Amino acid sequence: MPAVSKGDGMRGLAVFISDIRNCKSKEAEIKRINKELANIRSKFKGDKALDGYSKKKYVCKLLFIFLLGHDIDFGHMEAVNLLSSNKYTEKQIGYLFISVLVNSNSELIRLINNAIKNDLSSRNPTFMCLALHCIANVGSREMAEAFASEIPRILVAGDTMDSVKQSAALCLLRLYKTSPDLVLMGEWTSRVVHLLNDQHMGVVTAAISLITCLSQKNPDEFKTCVSLAVSRLSRIVSSASTDLQDYTYYFVPAPWLSCKLLRLLQCYPPPEDGAVKGRLVECLETILNKAQEPPKSKKVQHSNAKNAILFEAISLIIHYDSEPNLLVRACNQLGQFLQHRETNLRYLALESMCTLASSEFSHEAVKTHIETVINALKTERDVSVRQRAADLLYAMCDRSNAKQIVAEMLSYLETADYSIREEMVLKVAILAEKYAVDYSWYVDTILNLIRIAGDYVSEEVWYRVIQIVINRDDVQGYAAKTVFEALQAPACHENMVKVGGYILGEFGNLIAGDPRSSPLVQFNLLHSKFHLCSVPTRALLLSAYIKFINLFPETKATIQEVLRCDSQIRNSDVELQQRAVEYLKLSSIASTDVLATVLEEMPPFPERESSILAKLKKKKGPGAVSVPDLEDGKREGGELNGGGERGPDSAAMSASNASTPSPSADLLGMRSAAPMSAAPTSAGSLLVDVFSEAGPAAPSAAVNDDGFLRDLEPPTETSGLSSELQTPVDSPFNASSRRFVCKNNGVLFENQLLQIGIKSEYRQNLGRMYLFYGNKTSVQFASFTTTVSCPGELQSHILSILRATKPVEPVVEGGAQIQQVLNIECLTDFSEAPLLNIKFRYGGALQNLSLKLPVTINKFFQPTEMTSHDFFQRWKQLSQPQQEAQKIFKANHSMDTEVLKAKLLGLGTALLDDVDPNPENYVCAGVIQTKGQQVGCLLRLEPNGQAQMYRLTLRCSKDSVSLRLCELLAQQF
Amino acid sequence: MQFMLLFSRQGKLRLQKWYVPLSDKEKKKITRELVQTVLARKPKMCSFLEWRDLKVVYKRYASLYFCCAIEHQDNELITLEIIHRYVELLDKYFGSVCELDIIFNFEKAYFILDEFLLGGEPQETSKKTVLKAIEQADLLQEPRHEYFNVPVY
Repeated sequence: MPAVSKGDGMRGLAVFISDIRNCKSKEAEIKRINKELANIRSKFKGDKALDGYSKKKYVCKLLFIFLLGHDIDFGHMEAVNLLSSNKYTEKQIGYLFISVLVNSNSELIRLINNAIKNDLSSRNPTFMCLALHCIANVGSREMAEAFASEIPRILVAGDTMDSVKQSAALCLLRLYKTSPDLVLMGEWTSRVVHLLNDQHMGVVTAAISLITCLSQKNPDEFKTCVSLAVSRLSRIVSSASTDLQDYTYYFVPAPWLSCKLLRLLQCYPPPEDGAVKGRLVECLETILNKAQEPPKSKKVQHSNAKNAILFEAISLIIHYDSEPNLLVRACNQLGQFLQHRETNLRYLALESMCTLASSEFSHEAVKTHIETVINALKTERDVSVRQRAADLLYAMCDRSNAKQIVAEMLSYLETADYSIREEMVLKVAILAEKYAVDYSWYVDTILNLIRIAGDYVSEEVWYRVIQIVINRDDVQGYAAKTVFEALQAPACHENMVKVGGYILGEFGNLIAGDPRSSPLVQFNLLHSKFHLCSVPTRALLLSAYIKFINLFPETKATIQEVLRCDSQIRNSDVELQQRAVEYLKLSSIASTDVLATVLEEMPPFPERESSILAKLKKKKGPGAVSVPDLEDGKREGGELNGGGERGPDSAAMSASNASTPSPSADLLGMRSAAPMSAAPTSAGSLLVDVFSEAGPAAPSAAVNDDGFLRDLEPPTETSGLSSELQTPVDSPFNASSRRFVCKNNGVLFENQLLQIGIKSEYRQNLGRMYLFYGNKTSVQFASFTTTVSCPGELQSHILSILRATKPVEPVVEGGAQIQQVLNIECLTDFSEAPLLNIKFRYGGALQNLSLKLPVTINKFFQPTEMTSHDFFQRWKQLSQPQQEAQKIFKANHSMDTEVLKAKLLGLGTALLDDVDPNPENYVCAGVIQTKGQQVGCLLRLEPNGQAQMYRLTLRCSKDSVSLRLCELLAQQF
Repeated sequence: MQFMLLFSRQGKLRLQKWYVPLSDKEKKKITRELVQTVLARKPKMCSFLEWRDLKVVYKRYASLYFCCAIEHQDNELITLEIIHRYVELLDKYFGSVCELDIIFNFEKAYFILDEFLLGGEPQETSKKTVLKAIEQADLLQEPRHEYFNVPVY
């Protein structure tokens, strides 16, 4: 037994540990442990009260056993007893056991909290520190509940010892991290911030971690810390290496505190106060200067501490992104590190330069290091460093160096580590697309990717190349020729077969003139790969074959032969079998014209964000791709080209339309969910019901037809209306939501940070609204919350808007988009709009935004078709004065017929032709579906092109609906 | 900092300190995974690696690996020096520390760590101050002879 025990040796413990170490096998160890556990159990259960020392020793043994990885299910009570010992070492062991072994749901927590409370109020600083350490180590919610209000008091009290203050600060930090709602700084805020001025460096060091965390969450309340931090930093940076005595670490003054100060400043924008800013810039310059000075010690600790501060300073410079001079200096400094003999520094320099590459001030400076970085990619022995080099190449890529970088990345791929291949493939694909000047280069690059790293080429990548080839007719011939050549290789990757099959099926005709790639040669080449491929690829090839029949009638017989063979038509895979059967039938019965229509060339894909980029974001988190994102906005502008999010297979070759969807094959476009279209109702019967609700109104209706058929009076005569024209009726709608009365999808809101898109669908009295929150920046939004509320009476009108609404993710990464679904049920008609409140933190600042959601009563319209006769009958039935609402107003938008029609259809009603005797007028009918009732509505819009005026008349079976619709619509035309 | 692990070249865990709440199962899983990853790395490789969504900073001292997991915005180099300062503290306290000291006096290793780091952040970076606190605690201990006659088990 080695006599290494120091302090209060517990001989029994040392013997036990020694025994365990001497065990020759795992079994022997377990045996020894079980023996010890039995012994301890019997001691704890024994009649004889154990003295403190024994209790401490056994608790310590249990702790040791637990730390060896064994379960411990007793001894907790004894440990808690130790807490109330007045012997320091017993208390200490008790606390240690509890810190390691007690989890928050323990029943003992009340007893533990009592002991802690006693120690906190003991005024004995060593006991207080032990108790605070325990709270910081356990950090449970129960402890937060018990002590969150007490600890700030200890922290700022004038008579608290420094060591206790230090523990209190970090204890509070831990509680704040677990239960931020329970730690209320309020009145303490300013005194906590002033701890930055404390004379004791240890207190400042401990306090700054707390202040940094609180500032991230409440930047405004803590913003006074900026000037204090700057002056503290300035004092440290300018001090001689001996000034700070024991806080100097290998000749570097207070490196931990300096890093933390620089980190705290990154929670805020550059200081507004010129003097403070000047002082800070001075500090940053001094730090950069010191990096150039000869080292004061050869020890790695000296250079690490110095460079830790330097990297943190560079992070701050990048965060400010406003001092070109400092940015370029930072870049040069990092450039030196790129060739440093310390691997750690090379790694960090590559990492840090990635962020510098995204600043417009330093992008060019970063680019000058391209050769060094390429060299690192080739020669670094550590894969994590090579990974950083690849990241940096990606970040520094722009149009000027794209070809070189893509070529280097491609050649690196041949030998790249398996762990990073997929990501490399995505990056190459993105860069090739983004910076392609000619498309043949792009096609070559992607085909090379498939050749070199086919297994790592995900669907997104090969979908994308197809989208692009389909959208760009100038590259189609080249693509067909290139895939044809690539397929000649005896062993080519299945992904190559997919791309080849798709492209030849669409554009094989472009190379068919050459006898070396005649239709039959093309077909035989594709079919030679068929048997080696998986089911989805075979399905795709079958579709290519049927397209061949259309492109090259001369291949028809051969292809029919293939389709007819048992291995196709009786294939055990239902998808393949079905395709074979249907394609065979289609090719034999359809006329050439029909074939040509069904098998027509794919239409271009809608232009949208690259799905590859989305994939990389998902894979790597926002940091990795933020750079090209930024370039989109800042430098590059024109992206190579669009292409849909859907893969070519989900859009499906048109031929597949003939086939029945099968769950096994994604190839049939099943991924796009069927939209909830409002089914047209059989009008007649429904309307009868609806209007019969109007009950008593009906008999008197026929009396006089007040002017449905009269001509539109020139609005100029109704002079009294002009004031109303200028000030639209006080509308609950702000301009943005007004745009959504006649449409369901679009951008609801957009500023520099955030875009909110909206998509909604309604059916009867139910609606579903998808909100898309897009982070336009490269920085994450934290604490992102949204709340939907219904002001006033609205709650009882549209209920359940909150029902089944999941809260959104609290973090929106830079460049990412999150989705939220709202379910809406219309209980009865309404006129207010629900409010959407969005809160999040960007950088340090809290953003708060309130918007009206474009939920309007007309969304619950079901169109009703009816004849002219029916229409007039109902119109007459709705003749009570309150049932009608009318408004005459000036045209605000184009009076073009098609535009008007589109708007009226967007409203949700049926637009009825041949009803109004005046063909210039528009007449609509619909039923508003609420939970309790249906409200029939008739609408007439009479434009007067000459006067640029409209008269709008609504008649509904419910008065409030007439009024509301009239208000809503008057703003639309 | 999210956690700190000390383990031997053979992969035996010698000290574990967790600053975030995790279940015992998760802790064991993380330990296993990380010990494996770090032990597989060659001596000249860099001391940092990306691991899950954290950064891992590690350094080997004699037969022991010291390994810290930090968050994305944390500083790698200063974490390396946190490890070094802890080693210095152990060294000073035990007098030329070796793995055995940490095995037989594991509770002391925890106490020293608690004085230096709390909740994953530096509490006191001065070597003198930390050691003074620990030595004071040692002075508070009861004289050993009191227990000479107490049976071992």
